[in-house]
Amino acid sequence: MRKSQTGWWFIAPATLHLLVFAFVPVAYAAYVSLFRWDILRDERTFVGLDQYQRLMADQAFWGSMGQTFKYALMAVPGGLVAALLVALAVSQPLKGMAWFRTLFYIPAVSSGVAIAMLWIYVYLPERGLINTMLMGLGQPSIDFLNESGWALPALAFMSVWVGLGPRMIIYVAGLMSLPVTVYEAASLDGASGWQKFWRMTMPLLAPTHLFVLVTSTIGAFQTFTPVYMMTNGRPMGSTNLVGYHIYVTAWENFNVSAASAQSFVLLFLLGLVSLAQFRMMRRRLEGYDAS
Amino acid sequence: MRAKALFTYLGLSLLALFLAAPFIWMLLVSLHPSRSPIPELSALLPQNWAWENYGIVLFRTEIPVGRFFFNSLFVSAVVVAAQVLVCGMAGFGFARYAFRGREAVFGLFLASMMFAGAVTQIPVFLMMREWGWLDTYAALIIPGISSAFNVFLLRQFFMAIPQELEEAARLDGASDFRIFAWLFMPMARPAVATCAAFSFIAVWTDFFWPLIATQSQDMRTLEVGLSIFRAGYGTTNWPLQMTAAVITLVPVLLVFLALQRHFVRGVTLGGIK
Repeated sequence: MRKSQTGWWFIAPATLHLLVFAFVPVAYAAYVSLFRWDILRDERTFVGLDQYQRLMADQAFWGSMGQTFKYALMAVPGGLVAALLVALAVSQPLKGMAWFRTLFYIPAVSSGVAIAMLWIYVYLPERGLINTMLMGLGQPSIDFLNESGWALPALAFMSVWVGLGPRMIIYVAGLMSLPVTVYEAASLDGASGWQKFWRMTMPLLAPTHLFVLVTSTIGAFQTFTPVYMMTNGRPMGSTNLVGYHIYVTAWENFNVSAASAQSFVLLFLLGLVSLAQFRMMRRRLEGYDAS
Repeated sequence: MRAKALFTYLGLSLLALFLAAPFIWMLLVSLHPSRSPIPELSALLPQNWAWENYGIVLFRTEIPVGRFFFNSLFVSAVVVAAQVLVCGMAGFGFARYAFRGREAVFGLFLASMMFAGAVTQIPVFLMMREWGWLDTYAALIIPGISSAFNVFLLRQFFMAIPQELEEAARLDGASDFRIFAWLFMPMARPAVATCAAFSFIAVWTDFFWPLIATQSQDMRTLEVGLSIFRAGYGTTNWPLQMTAAVITLVPVLLVFLALQRHFVRGVTLGGIK
């Protein structure tokens, strides 16, 4: 490694970009959230922490947070279990597994709008993919995206389908990094496949579980395109996820200050959730070491 | 053992069908004549293959899908090229030089990955309005010309290249920039491919930013344009709507399939850190 200030020249463009498009905007967002800012007429009044105070009492915002939490409770564990199962299958030493891995990845790189349009069809009453099958079995048709009990699980199910590939790949990498010798020793001790899975594979994968858990939770709280395309937050606000709620606040009600305050509260809560997940995982791990 | 393998193949094939079925449906419906109703599953194969739908959607409706396509192609090409250069330079700088403040600045790059787009989009919009950049290519391109993740990725790769190679080039009188551009970047071809695949797919499929940063029809990218097309033709004309969706998907799928080996490597690198 060369001791030279020349390095600065190489990192200068990226660093400038980072400051202008990441750090300055965060500071600016904090500033904006201290005003009542009408972006259409460009009038601003300093209101201090008033936006945050209002936000604490804002039922629409907390209702949307609650729905997002419910959504995450379905989408995150569902996505994690599905990805782990598929990863276990495709990491077997069989022919053609790489081909399956590539195929399963495709929804994740596809256009989100096109995917949403497809799933509008999948969930369509009468003629949709699922309802064609339901009616073939003699069941009544369900309007998945317009019935309040169904719309949120429908979006969560779709997110498991879309996110399967990346999560699966991360689990495959986790599985490949497991120490072979430990498994050999366990086999010699007569451990069954089931025991090895629950006593060794699962705890040894803890860092991978944590990574998938944190990134999927953050992803769930930033969900936007499916709501924008498929439900617009309906029916009865049941799919008004917080990513969409912030968009509506800023770009349909033109209240950028309130939206900035909302996104800071969201960022703070996501930080807390990630931290809690880290803590929980570590305790599990320590418990495992002791036993 | 045999039975287990058979079971695995059976399960994975069913899953593959479950993942692929909507795409196959999309492709087949896009080839039904314009304005025909959603076909029954039993009549999914079109009787007359309506290839003309693709010409109609691209050039012959009042929604300029051809223009959207050009915008997306242009913006993605510039962003990918700029990002490879900017992130390559930064990765090289962080990996190969010991300069004052290096650790601190690299820490800023890592920290920025934690607070992704969520908080920055409103202020960046306001900044660009101030600068008069809204509804221009600059608004679509400039925010994307660097990515902390790709800086990290290329740095990892450059750190692994042995010092002797660099020293030999230096003895031959090569300048710092020459060493970067003619020695390190060519050696990093797999990492650069990963980087390019990530940035192309991210830009091509980005929806939120172009949705708020552009207003006029002529500046829309394909991803936003597709949602406009659906609003115009969607509910009544499934074949044309699916044609537009296929047009949006094909480029990104081609890039993914061409670079998928590199892509998978990048994802796992991000996962392990």
